[in-house]
Amino acid sequence: MKYILLFCGGDERWDSMPEAEVKARYADISRWFDTHAAAGRIVSAEELQPARTATTVRFEGETPVVSDGPFIESKETVGGYAIVEVSDLDEALGMAKTWPGHGAVEVRPLVDHSQDM
Amino acid sequence: MSETRARRATDEVLARVFREETGRLVAGLVRFLGNFDLAEELVQEAVVSAIESWPASGIPANPAAWLTTTARRKAIDRLRRDSRYQQKLILLAGSPPPPASDPDDRLRLIFTCCHPALAREAQLALTLRAVCGLTTAQVAHAFLVSEQAMAQRIVRAKRKIVDARIPYRVPSPEELTGRLREVLQVLYLLFNEGYLASVVPEPDRRDLTADAEWLAALLAKLLPEEPEVLGLLALMRLHRARAHARFDAEGRLILLRDQDRSTWNHRQIRDAGRLVEKAGAMGKPGPYQIQAAIAALHAESPSWDRTDWAEIVALYTVLLLHQPSPVVRLNRAVALRHLAGPGPALAEVEAVAAELHSYHLLHATRAEILRDLGRFQEARLADQRALELTENPAERELIQQRLCE
Repeated sequence: MKYILLFCGGDERWDSMPEAEVKARYADISRWFDTHAAAGRIVSAEELQPARTATTVRFEGETPVVSDGPFIESKETVGGYAIVEVSDLDEALGMAKTWPGHGAVEVRPLVDHSQDM
Repeated sequence: MSETRARRATDEVLARVFREETGRLVAGLVRFLGNFDLAEELVQEAVVSAIESWPASGIPANPAAWLTTTARRKAIDRLRRDSRYQQKLILLAGSPPPPASDPDDRLRLIFTCCHPALAREAQLALTLRAVCGLTTAQVAHAFLVSEQAMAQRIVRAKRKIVDARIPYRVPSPEELTGRLREVLQVLYLLFNEGYLASVVPEPDRRDLTADAEWLAALLAKLLPEEPEVLGLLALMRLHRARAHARFDAEGRLILLRDQDRSTWNHRQIRDAGRLVEKAGAMGKPGPYQIQAAIAALHAESPSWDRTDWAEIVALYTVLLLHQPSPVVRLNRAVALRHLAGPGPALAEVEAVAAELHSYHLLHATRAEILRDLGRFQEARLADQRALELTENPAERELIQQRLCE
């Protein structure tokens, strides 16, 4: 079963972090990925640029409206994601609990379209 | 009157039968069908059929077999309409009834219903429905919400169990402590819900304290090595042994100090006391065991005046280490008032006053202590504040009485 782990946090927190700490964090994160990739749990993963780089296209009226900023204006935003393949929610939660970042991890099952045909 | 009483008696028998049978049946069907949602739904339908037909036809000699057969028949009807279940259908239609599942299956059921990925209200509702065999209508009535709202809450929770694949199993040993804490909290909340609801006696309202106690007893049987489960069970029994002494004939609240202790169930109190000791001997203290020990000291005391306040304050001090919450500190202050006098108690109350400013018992406690100190004007203000913050009629009446004195 596939889940997405959405790594959420505040960009400011990263921006204000001393460089040595940022380095240590990234080292922890890459260790986390190494462990779970070795166990065959990681399908794909990416890190997102900070929310200030986001542009949103909204479909409200006749024509799409382009505006600066993320879809939801909030201090906490999605900073990255991993799609994982595990047996059940508990295994996905187990991965999320050991995530070495700050903020929060949202865990959501993905829709399985493989049976649609 | 006698008709009401007769119906009450039937209701109690039904409740007992459903508690004993529903969880096993759901657990067995989940294992067989591999689908929590469907299994739970089928058993719920069987329970509703039983409630409709048993009061007229009488409770069958073997209620478990009746429920199993009915649920199986409903399952076959349902599976016929769904091609994915053809294999299961053949098995279900051709085989004798699946053997009674082992008790461990109910443990899985409890852990699934109380999974932390479900909202708290959903955990409570699902546990009552799937494990205790309450109908949606009964659960809704117990929580004072509409049946439709409760049905929606349950459907949403069950859909999440299936869609997010919440596993149907007992947590691994390394997860067990945390997950068990969650389950105990659900049972504790259920108990409190029932305990507070009993302030307004309503003949048709289910006694949730009985369900909570039954669940705790079941859990104690399934996890005999967990002292906190025993602690919670003892705590519930100590409260239930004294519950009826809390109100007078007019439904007015009677404070512990004024209760007629001869009406308490002393045998049950003794048994619960032994349970506290048994849990303590396992050498893993925890908040429920400590609360049970405090309740036992109150329950075993021959009179209010002979209450062992020193021991109670000491236990609250330990409880604070396990559970550093302002409410525990407030409760400790109440005991401290009897041990060290109103001065030190007031200092403790003031220390949590900011945090608990919207909790009516903070103000009611403050009022009592201020009155001890002869500060009547401030006491009145505190009582008025308490009155503004509670809607519980029995508590309101008590405070109003004080304000009139």
